[in-house]
Amino acid sequence: MGTTELIWNGVAAFLVLSIYSFLYKDNPFYKFAEHLVVGVSAGYFAMILYYNAFLPKLIHPLSSGQYWYVIPGILGLLMWARFSRKWQWLSRPTLGFVIGSGAGVAIPLYLQNYVLRQLSASMLPVGFSSWPQITNILIIIMVFCALAYFYFSKEHTGVFGGAAKFGIWTLMVGFGAGFGMTVMGRVALLAERVVFLRDYFHQLWNAVF
Amino acid sequence: MSFYERMMNLDRRWIYLVIGLVVVVTAIWSFTVPLYVTPEVRSIYDYVESLMPGDVLMIGVDYDPSALAELHPMTYAITRQCFARNIKLLLCCLHQNGPGMVEQVIAEVAKEYGKVNGVDYVYMGYKPYPGITILAMGQNFRIPFPEDYYGTPLDSLPMMRNITNFDNVRAIINISAGSGTEYWINYANGRYNAKLAIGVTGVMTSDYYPFLQSKQIFGLIGGMKGASEYEYLAAKGGYISKEKDQLVASKSMPIQTTTHVVIILFIVVGNVGYFMSKRKKQG
Repeated sequence: MGTTELIWNGVAAFLVLSIYSFLYKDNPFYKFAEHLVVGVSAGYFAMILYYNAFLPKLIHPLSSGQYWYVIPGILGLLMWARFSRKWQWLSRPTLGFVIGSGAGVAIPLYLQNYVLRQLSASMLPVGFSSWPQITNILIIIMVFCALAYFYFSKEHTGVFGGAAKFGIWTLMVGFGAGFGMTVMGRVALLAERVVFLRDYFHQLWNAVF
Repeated sequence: MSFYERMMNLDRRWIYLVIGLVVVVTAIWSFTVPLYVTPEVRSIYDYVESLMPGDVLMIGVDYDPSALAELHPMTYAITRQCFARNIKLLLCCLHQNGPGMVEQVIAEVAKEYGKVNGVDYVYMGYKPYPGITILAMGQNFRIPFPEDYYGTPLDSLPMMRNITNFDNVRAIINISAGSGTEYWINYANGRYNAKLAIGVTGVMTSDYYPFLQSKQIFGLIGGMKGASEYEYLAAKGGYISKEKDQLVASKSMPIQTTTHVVIILFIVVGNVGYFMSKRKKQG
């Protein structure tokens, strides 16, 4: 590792430790690192958008004579009216266009892919001759019980109440799996940073001594 | 205050300290943990293995440095496997802070395998609004990406001569840390029937298993554990090696194991404290 890389990794190590210092309590080092992350991310994002969207999708077409691009340009400009109480109504056509076109494209596809295909995936072959068939029974029972929990037009008593209670347990299993994976994700981030710090201090030791 | 109540009201900083110590000790005292490969990870590896030299695979890289720990190892392992098998790669990024992630991987791995930009791989770059971009790519990659990331028109790149849209790529692997995956499932697979697999962060993993069951995706790499499984398969296939320090996710798995044990212990202690103090109040 060269001196330059060692210095930059030193900066990274300092920022990592500054961020983790928040676990003890809020402090100026944490604040500095936090503001740096937010500032760098916003600056990077702004430049990426400028060069990958604003220039090629508006300025270049306009400068090459494709003047109809002025329409989305004006719609985009109108969005800035949101910052003024007096003129914010001007942004409504743009918002209407974005919400309308977005909903038009998304709703049929979401219905198809998030509802209908999931419903059809719940229609499984059941039986007792193989393990997958038995687990399929469990899946179907759990789907119905979880749905029963969200049916509020009937009091959750008797058999229906029992099904709704089993539905809660089903949801809890789902939340538990989600929590376990979340812990794994958070630990992964910590582990990677600790391995980075270990390697950095090892290299620093070798460079100094 | 009883012992159990004290346990329940333990200052969270003690928990952070214990976990921190466990992580540091495990990082210094390195050991290996046994690993088994799940079918959802193996299916992606096997699919890439089934591709012929010259086939085109698309990788959608939708993450930024905050998810680097979990997702970068997946991107590296898949890219190395593809380049070693002479599979062409078409890459894009739909996360605003992610373009640098792709560039880092592709620059390093292409150099390792002597792959040429425009011939063996094409990096199309970043465009905002993932849904619209994916829908446009389904018609023609040139609509959202008339030029590649480096400003070369796609039409002038040799690899892109016979590639128009998703029909011309064998499959798409989306590696994502956000809602980008939803768009790939909904639009690339749902609208254009593209063959899709995903690699996601641990937090997201359980949300996407239903799509595996419904066969909307053919594989799922979940978090660091999934990444280490893929690395295990790639190492077994001879595409990456421990000697070259290419098993990045696997290196952190011992830390995962010990930390999880400690967290489980804390959960048990917390629950015992809860039930015992509840019993005491009732008694």
